[in-house]
Amino acid sequence: MAQRKYDIKSYRGFGAMTILCLVVLYAPLVVVTIYSFNASNSITVWEGLSLRWYVDVFSGPESAKFKLAAWNSFVIAIIASTIATAIATLAATAIVRGGKFRLRTASIGLISLPLMVPEIVTAVATLIFFNYIGFDRGLLTIVLAHIAFCIPFAYLPIAARMQGIEDSYEQAAMDLYATKRQVFTRILLPLMAPGIISGYLLSFIVSLDDFIITNFVKGAGIETLPTAIFGAVKQGIKPNIMAISTMLLAVSIIMVTISYIVSKSDNTK
Amino acid sequence: MAAQAESGGATTDTYKEARTWLLMPAWLVLLVLSLAPVSMILIYSFLTKEFRGGVIWEFSLASYDQFFFDRGLFGDEAPQIEWTYITIFWRSIWQAGAATILSLIIGFPTAYFIATRSEKVRPIWVFLVTIPYWVNLLIRTVSMKFLLRDQGPLNDFLLSIGLIDSPIHIVNTNFAVQLGLFYSYLPFMVLPIYASVERYNFALSEAAADLYATKWVTLRRILLPAVKPGVIAGCILVFVPSLGSFLAPDLLGGAKNFMIGSLIEEQFKGNAGNWPFGAAASMILLTMVLIILIVFARRQAKAEKREG
Repeated sequence: MAQRKYDIKSYRGFGAMTILCLVVLYAPLVVVTIYSFNASNSITVWEGLSLRWYVDVFSGPESAKFKLAAWNSFVIAIIASTIATAIATLAATAIVRGGKFRLRTASIGLISLPLMVPEIVTAVATLIFFNYIGFDRGLLTIVLAHIAFCIPFAYLPIAARMQGIEDSYEQAAMDLYATKRQVFTRILLPLMAPGIISGYLLSFIVSLDDFIITNFVKGAGIETLPTAIFGAVKQGIKPNIMAISTMLLAVSIIMVTISYIVSKSDNTK
Repeated sequence: MAAQAESGGATTDTYKEARTWLLMPAWLVLLVLSLAPVSMILIYSFLTKEFRGGVIWEFSLASYDQFFFDRGLFGDEAPQIEWTYITIFWRSIWQAGAATILSLIIGFPTAYFIATRSEKVRPIWVFLVTIPYWVNLLIRTVSMKFLLRDQGPLNDFLLSIGLIDSPIHIVNTNFAVQLGLFYSYLPFMVLPIYASVERYNFALSEAAADLYATKWVTLRRILLPAVKPGVIAGCILVFVPSLGSFLAPDLLGGAKNFMIGSLIEEQFKGNAGNWPFGAAASMILLTMVLIILIVFARRQAKAEKREG
């Protein structure tokens, strides 16, 4: 067949649109990162490179508030994502390795529920629920709410990973008289490690990022980083907020990158 | 999203006996902390409001009545349709729709472009598009506001290259909210379309070209129908979270561009709120979202049946 004069797959302008898409996605983040190193008091005028706003975050007048908020955020994220990942791992084992059963579809539905309900509705629902059972709002209510919405984010990569593992390894182990418990801890868990790590990191970020639900269920006076930033931004964007944002941005990007690299590594071969 | 975990791969019954115990923690946590709370919104929307926040346990239709009807200042006039809240809902639908179209215009070519790269570099492109999604939504929205401000870098740039004479006013307009929503959920548009285009059989396009179809006719008549499920999924994944979003309208929109999220939030802040009314508004939002998702799920199921 004669070679066609043009490439059937490529459309003119689509490449340019992709570049535009990436510019739109990254421009705001890049701009804020650059301005966080601004020496000026003003957010409008550029007066040269400086780390003064980073120093301000750690030792300035508002540093105590932000340190406490950061501490709260990380403690909540660590507890919530650890518990959510454990729950999600067990659930994925039942759903992917538990054969067909009546409640299987319902279970998948229940696990995806937090993804389908709009966040603001989940926030209202959780507030109402804690109010009804007379639970005082505080750190614990935030942790409980976070566990619930972290489960699907931990579940998806874990289940996807387990789908990808041939069960021949497990069969071989059982043929050699390993108990199911041994097969789980010695064969399945190590093979699933990339999925579990990536699920853990994703749920960690999701917890660290949450604003709306936290804002509803936090007690008076308790702040996480996003609620503290939101409160500060209401009075106007200040350079120290940009420094905090840049650091948080770096944390998220590093964790997603780790999650990406880990999930790409294939230890079944 | 659950459907992704369903297709292909090794699904076995090694842990058939243990599955009830394995599922127990997930069921317990999600029933108590997710399903029960959401169901309670329904109950609270039919209760009487307590003036300092909270509820009185007395059945009442006042919240829904307040949402749809205007009975005058003292509540004794003949009911008329109350437009305030319907307008807010309508504006939210409109804004979410505009953001969806914007995402589609930029997201479709992007997804197509990525899907037609060599297999090696595709994951890197996908990764580049998804990174911003994992950055804190609040920080992204604040960054957007910083960039778009009247004295912000975007206006500075446009002024310096002489494209405009005076700063364009973007923040606190409808367009700013649309941009914010678009920015928040763009990866949700790109990923499902990308997945569909990647599965698309380009021999079909070849065949069309052999029969003298132009490229654009091929795109419209052959490719688009084939990747439609991905396009619809992308639109829903952008539209649904946009509808109930709070941060973009709150930070970029200002008071004139009030959306559902802010209306609901206001009912639960401080002593001035009205919990049952907030619950009723949440219920109406949730109903709209569930209808969209159910219609979509049914169409997908039908389409899958047709394919075999």
